[in-house]
Amino acid sequence: MIEHLPILQVIIPLLAAPICLILREARLVRWFTFIASALAFVNSILLLQQVQTQGTISYSLGGWVAPIGIEYRIDLLNAYLLILVTSISTLALLAAGPSLRKELSERKETYFYVAYLLCLTGLLGILATGDAFNVFVFLEISSLASYTMIAMGRDRRALWASYQYLIMGTIGATFILIGIGLMYMMTGTLNMYDLAERLPEVQQTKTVFTAFAFFVVGVCLKLALFPLHLWLPNAYAYAPSIATVFLAATATKVAIYVLLRFIFSVYGFEFSFSHLPLQEILVALGLMGVFAASIVAIYQDNVKRLFAYSSVAQIGYMILGLGVGSKTGLTATLLHLFNHALMKGAIFLALAGLIYRVGSVNLKAFSGLGKQMPWTMAAIVVGGLSLIGVPLTVGFVSKWYLVLALLESNWWPIAVLVLIGSLLAVIYVWRIVEVAYFRKAMQDSAPYKEAPLMILIPTWILVLANIYFGIDTGFTVGLSEQIAASLFEVAK
Amino acid sequence: MNFLEQYNYWIVIILMMSGFYIVIAHGNLIKKLIGLTVFQTSVFILYISMSKVTAGTAPILNEAYKVYSNPLPHVLILTAIVVGIATTALGLALVVRIKEAYGSVEEDLIQEKDLQQEGSE
Amino acid sequence: MIEQSVLMQLIIILPLLAIPGIIIFGKWPNLREAVTLIAGGLLLIAVIVFYQNFDAGQAAYIHWIELLPGLDIAFKAEPLGVLFSMVAGSLWLVTSVYAIGYMRGHGEVNQTRFYTCFAVAISAVMGLAFADNLFTLFIFYEVLTLSTYPLVTHAGTEKAKQGGRTYLSILLATSIGFLLLAIVGTWWQTGTLTFTQGGVFDDSTSKVATSVLLVLFIFGIGKAAIMPFHRWLPAAMVAPTPVSALLHAVAVVKAGVFTVLKVCVYIFGIDLLRDIPATQWLLYLAAASVLLASLVAMRQDNLKKRLAYSTVSQLGYITIGALLASQAGILGGALHIVAHAFGKITLFFCAGAIMVAAHKTEISDMRGLGKAMPITMIAFFIGSLSIIGLPPAAGVWSKWYLLMGTLDTHQWIVMSVLMVSSLLNIAYLLPIPLRAFFPGAGPQGADFRENAKVIRIERAQIKEAPWPSLVALSITAIMTMVLFCWPHVFYELAASLAGLSGGING
Repeated sequence: MIEHLPILQVIIPLLAAPICLILREARLVRWFTFIASALAFVNSILLLQQVQTQGTISYSLGGWVAPIGIEYRIDLLNAYLLILVTSISTLALLAAGPSLRKELSERKETYFYVAYLLCLTGLLGILATGDAFNVFVFLEISSLASYTMIAMGRDRRALWASYQYLIMGTIGATFILIGIGLMYMMTGTLNMYDLAERLPEVQQTKTVFTAFAFFVVGVCLKLALFPLHLWLPNAYAYAPSIATVFLAATATKVAIYVLLRFIFSVYGFEFSFSHLPLQEILVALGLMGVFAASIVAIYQDNVKRLFAYSSVAQIGYMILGLGVGSKTGLTATLLHLFNHALMKGAIFLALAGLIYRVGSVNLKAFSGLGKQMPWTMAAIVVGGLSLIGVPLTVGFVSKWYLVLALLESNWWPIAVLVLIGSLLAVIYVWRIVEVAYFRKAMQDSAPYKEAPLMILIPTWILVLANIYFGIDTGFTVGLSEQIAASLFEVAK
Repeated sequence: MNFLEQYNYWIVIILMMSGFYIVIAHGNLIKKLIGLTVFQTSVFILYISMSKVTAGTAPILNEAYKVYSNPLPHVLILTAIVVGIATTALGLALVVRIKEAYGSVEEDLIQEKDLQQEGSE
Repeated sequence: MIEQSVLMQLIIILPLLAIPGIIIFGKWPNLREAVTLIAGGLLLIAVIVFYQNFDAGQAAYIHWIELLPGLDIAFKAEPLGVLFSMVAGSLWLVTSVYAIGYMRGHGEVNQTRFYTCFAVAISAVMGLAFADNLFTLFIFYEVLTLSTYPLVTHAGTEKAKQGGRTYLSILLATSIGFLLLAIVGTWWQTGTLTFTQGGVFDDSTSKVATSVLLVLFIFGIGKAAIMPFHRWLPAAMVAPTPVSALLHAVAVVKAGVFTVLKVCVYIFGIDLLRDIPATQWLLYLAAASVLLASLVAMRQDNLKKRLAYSTVSQLGYITIGALLASQAGILGGALHIVAHAFGKITLFFCAGAIMVAAHKTEISDMRGLGKAMPITMIAFFIGSLSIIGLPPAAGVWSKWYLLMGTLDTHQWIVMSVLMVSSLLNIAYLLPIPLRAFFPGAGPQGADFRENAKVIRIERAQIKEAPWPSLVALSITAIMTMVLFCWPHVFYELAASLAGLSGGING
């Protein structure tokens, strides 16, 4: 049993999805999905323990040994992200019951869970696999499932957002496919570790550069790096709340994982950073993303879209850390991956509770909510403070490492810009705080009640995680540093 | 290395660019999907054509044949085709729903209606 | 006997412990205020006992957690922190007494939120006072900013929100934009953030780097209100007066200059500070801030605004004291924290009392108020003396040592600025109580006399402010004079900070 953990990680949600269709009854399906996700979470914890005690796990699918067969390969980086994805997914499912009942018709609920499980399968598959083509397949599984989930939003704009995402996402995926094809053409292998060994021999060919370029552009589309982020704000804004929670906290993170994996483990640091102007490009785009998206976020009246833009800005920080090209920078990126999932998970879950009661996420509707829904609003405030990077929240930890990395590389001006960027976050977060706490409630409506407990509990688990991991940083920082070190070792 | 020797790549590039162009330039949602399919198909051709070995046969184990085409890309592309079909199907389903909700499949009309809706909020 | 380090933690946590009580009794104002008062009283006792133990030579150090490798949350008692905690601890109780009268007299809403945030702010001040390293200090610095924001916007009006926005944006912008950068920079250069006697930098750090860091620190500590980052302080005057009094005359602004002093003494060290080229320029900047703020204060007709600019100016004194990098300067700066705190809080209490009792906010309306509100106006007079630096008020000592500091270091320009500013202080503060008692004919002649009659009739109905407020402002006024006669406690703490003989625990 224990040696099959890597494949179980993917199989559990994959098999659970069709079973949902058989169960049909929405309430049954809901708990079944929750259990499947929880099992996946337990599985990921076991995997991390196994990796920490035994080192990297290699699992041959169907007993066919790599590079002929498909290999699943779990090292610290995968295990770290597996835990992130499964934990957020489980928490989101805890809140899914009431939220979905409000936002979807009952007929659709079951299908939502099916799509959700398939999306989870895809994300976990990307993380677990050691095969380049498998990455593409799983990427498409998760993407198709997320288009479906987004299209289920109440507003008709959800359909349009989903369609746009589908077009952009498919172009991105096809770019990735081209990249993988060209790599295969030059090396004759699809196994990532085989690729890493064979690529140096053909490193200086144009085909390899082209492959790299196609691949990176495709992945950047998926991870919504500015200016390829256009699909993201509407998709997050109009999707059902639970889908937003799940996608915002995990999908882009997994795309960043793919980028890291190929830059460091497959192509190697040398190739990526020495032969190509990747560093300059990443830093420039990261910074532009931080500023452009934060400024646009300030002008949003739809709070969900506001935080969606903020996500684009936060992705900018992650890419910036990667662009520094040092161990500390990579640590900052890895920390922010985890921390940002916690913040946005908490914020979007709180917004789910808000939609449940208020029905709108327009800024106007927030008037006086500070008193009427104190717990929900407090969750948004703590999440917001974390976004800004106030000490004792997780946001501070990742920002600290990012600034430190920039100073180590003697990039003073960029460090200043990063800090100015967090001030922009102050503005958009404070717009909400002001309306919620210092504006009188609209008089024509009866006072709203606090969000249902089933939504509040997972929200507050994440809020407390925001604070806990901001104070006890042993787990995140320790792991991130270890991973960063190991990625640099592989790269050398 | 002359022009014709690499003609398969030229076809791929021409198909790819025309597909890409259709996706970007056309406002009709169905046509965009058609463009997307052309775009994807060009990549399938890229895979399949590169597995062809000159004078190779189908990969059947037989003493009479020494040179085979590489079967792996075919298998990969089978998967990719399935993915492509799923994408197209989902896209078309979305277009049907969009037509129901907006009464149009033209991009600019839809965006206009969205703007109106946002203005009224 | 309670362990000194336990007592230190208790001082930090005590205000927080009051919060559940404040919230539970939110519906019963008398009980709620009783909770605040009890907590205030206990805090005062704790602070005094802590000082006595400290004076007896008991060290206190406590390590809470290690946040990141090398970044600890830790607390340690040292002279300046003890001094600051005594000032803030004693004034919290007085302000609470005052606030009860003021808030009820003014019929303010959301009082539970008010007292809760107030308690958080005090706790943050205590944490800041005892911080053992820059990192801990920074955390409490930010907590202080965030917890005082709801107090500034308390009224919830558009004007209050506008003020709150200015307040928050300047304080956060400077602290995140500059201070955090300076802290990361210091850590990167030296690998430590712990406050160390004589500073943490060694010769390996270039003068350019330390110059940049010093500039970042001085600008980054926005709470010290050095021009051009002073705007938040006048903006914060939209807050209820007890907030302006305790937080924006004592806790918040003093947290700023306290941080400046700490950074100068324990991060750079006096010796290094003297050699940094940027010090001279920052000194001139602080001097300009002193002078300009005094001039602006003269032009303000709104009493609280005038006091706010006066505070900006007086904070400049303390920054100058720190930047003079001499023992007398440090001594004067530290003493001025105390002297200005007691003086300015008295003035704010008076301003609030006038607002509650007479509903006057503009200085030009306050002629002749002395008859109706004699106690308030006498207290105002004493407070003014302390700010100006005239006996018999505590301000004499601090200004004396500050001037000594300028003499020691031959900073003639700075010295003359301090002198001129003191004259300006006289010009903008003393007329208020004097005109209150001796309204005179006024410049407008006959026309004014007509008005004066109307005003006098109105005046007849004005009484003193509610008794809790009156008690509070009398206490602080008396304290100002007591500190003139017996400044020893604070002097010794300040002296040991400055490294002068006769200090304790040096």
